[in-house]
Amino acid sequence: MVTGTVGAVLQVLLIAVGSPLLVGVMRQVRARLEGRAGAGIAQPWRDLRKLLRKQAISPHGTGWVFRLAPLLLAGTALVAAAVVPLVTTASPLDGVADLFAVTALLALGSVALALGALDTGTAFGGMGASREMTVLALVEPTILVSVFALSIRVGSTSLGSIVTATARDPLSVISPVSALAAVALAIVTIAETGRIPVDNPSTHLELTMIHEAMVLEYAGPDLALIEWASAMRLSVLLGLLASLFFPLGIAGADAGVLGLAAAVIAIVVKVALLGVLLAAGEVFMAKLRLFRVPELLAGSFLLALLAVAASFFLA
Amino acid sequence: MSIRTIADISPGELTEHAARLLAGGHRLAMISARQEAEEFALAYLFVAGGPDRRTELRLRLPAARPAVPSLARLSFPAGRFEREIRDLYGITPLDHPLPRRLVRHHHWPRGWYPMRADAGPPPAFGDPEGPYPFLTVEGQGVYEIPVGPVHAGLIEPGHFRFSVVGETIIKLKARLWFVHKGIEKLFEGRRPEDGLELAERVSGDTSVGHALAYCLAVEEATRAQVSGRAQRERAVLLELERLYNHVTDLGALCNDVAFGIMHAQTGRIREQLLRVNDEVTGHRLLRGGVRLGGAGLKTLPDPERLHAIGADVAELAALALRHTVVADRFTGTAVLSADAARDLGTLGYVARASGLGADARRDHPFTGLGDFTPARRTGGDVLARFQIRAEEIAASIALITHLVDGPPAAEPARPEERSSSGVGLVEGWRGTIAHRVELAPDGTLTRVKIVDPSFFNWPALPVALGSAIVPDFPLVNKSFNLSYAGNDL
Repeated sequence: MVTGTVGAVLQVLLIAVGSPLLVGVMRQVRARLEGRAGAGIAQPWRDLRKLLRKQAISPHGTGWVFRLAPLLLAGTALVAAAVVPLVTTASPLDGVADLFAVTALLALGSVALALGALDTGTAFGGMGASREMTVLALVEPTILVSVFALSIRVGSTSLGSIVTATARDPLSVISPVSALAAVALAIVTIAETGRIPVDNPSTHLELTMIHEAMVLEYAGPDLALIEWASAMRLSVLLGLLASLFFPLGIAGADAGVLGLAAAVIAIVVKVALLGVLLAAGEVFMAKLRLFRVPELLAGSFLLALLAVAASFFLA
Repeated sequence: MSIRTIADISPGELTEHAARLLAGGHRLAMISARQEAEEFALAYLFVAGGPDRRTELRLRLPAARPAVPSLARLSFPAGRFEREIRDLYGITPLDHPLPRRLVRHHHWPRGWYPMRADAGPPPAFGDPEGPYPFLTVEGQGVYEIPVGPVHAGLIEPGHFRFSVVGETIIKLKARLWFVHKGIEKLFEGRRPEDGLELAERVSGDTSVGHALAYCLAVEEATRAQVSGRAQRERAVLLELERLYNHVTDLGALCNDVAFGIMHAQTGRIREQLLRVNDEVTGHRLLRGGVRLGGAGLKTLPDPERLHAIGADVAELAALALRHTVVADRFTGTAVLSADAARDLGTLGYVARASGLGADARRDHPFTGLGDFTPARRTGGDVLARFQIRAEEIAASIALITHLVDGPPAAEPARPEERSSSGVGLVEGWRGTIAHRVELAPDGTLTRVKIVDPSFFNWPALPVALGSAIVPDFPLVNKSFNLSYAGNDL
């Protein structure tokens, strides 16, 4: 129990401090692969520091929804970071927050931000919110269904149990169910975190934006909170992907101090590796036409559905 | 040099003459107005290529209640020129089908015409005209997205009003004219050599194009002789300007579909080209290269080096188009049909990507270019506008090689006696630039009229976007890459 609590605290700290660095690493990898010098991996933290020093302002006509959205987004991301098995499978919250709760937490954050965007009453806010909801409507079921496919084998929807089972028998990952679910989850992770080919996190073109269009009206500390939360969501989803399919090194309920330390190193290496892979892949990708995005996401949902079907037939 | 025929006509004869010229293959290149002591003078410049023909119709209007029959029903660009002249001079086009304001900003006081002699200093900001009357599209699910005039990126001001259903654009209105600088007014009273620095700054990325058009116009008016060698050096500069701008555009188009690596690579090539520019003229954007009566080159560019750059660009362009997602985003996006391109009077790569052959390098040459044939594409979509740029880069390098290594040009014939006006037509990188100057007897400038190809091409953008989707707009806009500064003088 103590290890679980310490592990949960550790992974929240890790996500909170490390996720801007992950974004920095990904940007740096992209810059180097494109032949640019890059701003260094600490740049996202420097940006956050700059934003936090600024005065908090909110546009005329916005209400509590607009001001609450960044807090809710960051809050849900932190709770998700505490629940999802990253460092430890024995988070004390695991009993109350299973995979449905985690998906709902992420969706709550997205919806809060979309409502905040609508609250501004600007065309861009509405446009971004509408596009985000289109993506969300396809992403959330895919996360649910693909993790559900993995949970059938274990007989539990607790993420901790699923990961523990895989950690005990790592070779069980090599199955059609896992392969299908892994591909589906990878695609929705890209969509959920607004990466190429679904969204372009570095564009200045208002009309092409999805996530960025929703946060156009935010400034200063509010914007910092959103940027930070977005980085945390990316890290949590990449961490979940790593834990579900390659749980090597994750600390169980009976792990000691060394076990926890090893688990921290393992998850940092795994998430960084996934981030580098994602960034390297983005260099070779271009952004899809908006109307092709639902096709891509529907495809990933189909894969998730096939994974569920396969888990019944092949079990 | 005397290829311009000039006819003085009365306002009543205008429509008949214009119809005859337009039917004979001419296009309207500009309408230039000028205020004189007791009256207004209008000059309609019609041009045609193969062989180079330029016809000018001149008419005079009384100073009190000036009005002129509208040509808008014969030629779409004429209607826009007439609105421009009405907003700047207060000359009413009679029976104009779309008499809304064009250049006029709603801060300008009623009855204030900035190009008139009595205009005085810029007025204080007010709002006498009220907001622009945008057409509202009505229907279920139609909503408006207003964008600009202040944008998120470092681009010039323009307001775009989208009426959309879902993500599909029903109607787009581009409202420009936020940057009236009065640059044409600044020319007035200057000596021609003092006007050159203004001409170079009409549009920052078209220094050579506008400076050269201005010099050709002044040289025609003063009958100054320019050596064949200088003309060839000017042609080299013109192609260098085309090179660096087209290379930038290729990268920017890819960047707009989030294919950032192309942007980084073309940025590298652009820097090489800017350094070539610096070596050739001493200025990275080629300022100071074109001079009245000649050209001021420090050295000629090395064709070998340009060929290496050209091979690099060709490889990158092929790489981009082999990428399925990039090709998918470009292909079939925002098609401008050949008919629409012709009716709107488009110029430059926009016209050539839609199958038209307009190119002043062939139609209005100022020096021999060998057997030069302009590149042409028929797709009319973003892909065609991407490919035409890639082809023009190769063609420009071939032209520079021809101009640098080829046989010396024949010396031009001796000019005739002085005239009071001159016209310069130059194929700048965006399209045909036209300048027309008028000189006072003491040799100072009384009127300089500048027409950037963007003036003709802006109306084509909403037409091409007919059935496009909102997130494709930035890409389409970039494929046109029109100038705000050159458009709004």
